Amino acid sequence: MQAAVVVFPGSNREGDAARALEAAMGRAPAMVWHGDSDLPKVDLIVVPGGFSYGDYLRCGAIAAHSPVLREVKARAKAGVAVMGICNGFQILTEAGLLPGVLLRNAGLGFVCKNIGLKVETSQSLFTSGYSAGQTLSIPVAHHDGNYFADEATLDRLEDKGQVAFRYCNAEGGLSPEANPNGSARNIAGIFNDTKNVLGLMPHPENAVEPLQGSTDGKAMFKGIVEALS
Amino acid sequence: MKARVHITLKNGVLDPQGRAIAHALDGLGFAGVNDVRQGKYIELDLAETDRKAAKTKVEAMCSKLLANTVIENYAIELVD
Repeated sequence: MQAAVVVFPGSNREGDAARALEAAMGRAPAMVWHGDSDLPKVDLIVVPGGFSYGDYLRCGAIAAHSPVLREVKARAKAGVAVMGICNGFQILTEAGLLPGVLLRNAGLGFVCKNIGLKVETSQSLFTSGYSAGQTLSIPVAHHDGNYFADEATLDRLEDKGQVAFRYCNAEGGLSPEANPNGSARNIAGIFNDTKNVLGLMPHPENAVEPLQGSTDGKAMFKGIVEALS
Repeated sequence: MKARVHITLKNGVLDPQGRAIAHALDGLGFAGVNDVRQGKYIELDLAETDRKAAKTKVEAMCSKLLANTVIENYAIELVD
């Protein structure tokens, strides 16, 4: 399996994503600079976290129109697996690969902590390492993670099983207190309708070693590698 | 020609920043502010001299980049 991590000016989790991928794949992913439109032929493209282009205009808005993203869009449409983490999720919504948008956190503050994350389905290449309903501890670190879409879109996401993860408490309950940013229906991550694109605000790449306080993200990368190898 | 673009949040979209501004105004003693919605103002200096062509161009800019029409509305004003 081959993977690529896209890097923008202002990305800051690309090294963490590469490290988590390398641990799972046994080889380093290709790092692709934002101005490049020749993306190597890979099975997985990761759009990492950070503050691409300083988050000017709107989070992810400028990155969504960069040369490399045009290529990412074409690959995603052709069925290649694409994973957007945090700023990467914002970029994928701005690029139109995922529905909805990520607004400023309802509490206005930057949220940086481990949160409870409920796996909604194991039926995807991204979540096959988990079982449905499983509760994970994964860190979030964002200012704009408040998932918003109109009610019809939210209903459609639920009906089609496109909700990947929700914020939950330790018991797996979807209480408002467990929601760190005001996201609609506690949504933390979604798939596109063909489930080859995932966007999520939490950072599984920062939960792969005991030193990081949780290793719950490891199974995500392991599952992805198994699904794509 | 200049284009002035006002970008505002659609009705029903939560605006926590607007709410914080409303709280701050209240704290300063400005009573009677029922609601605050925060938006963006973007000024473009255009080489285009034809108003109709300029409007079409700026509309395309708005829908493609300047506004996210999932959550935002935009209004364009052209100034010679």
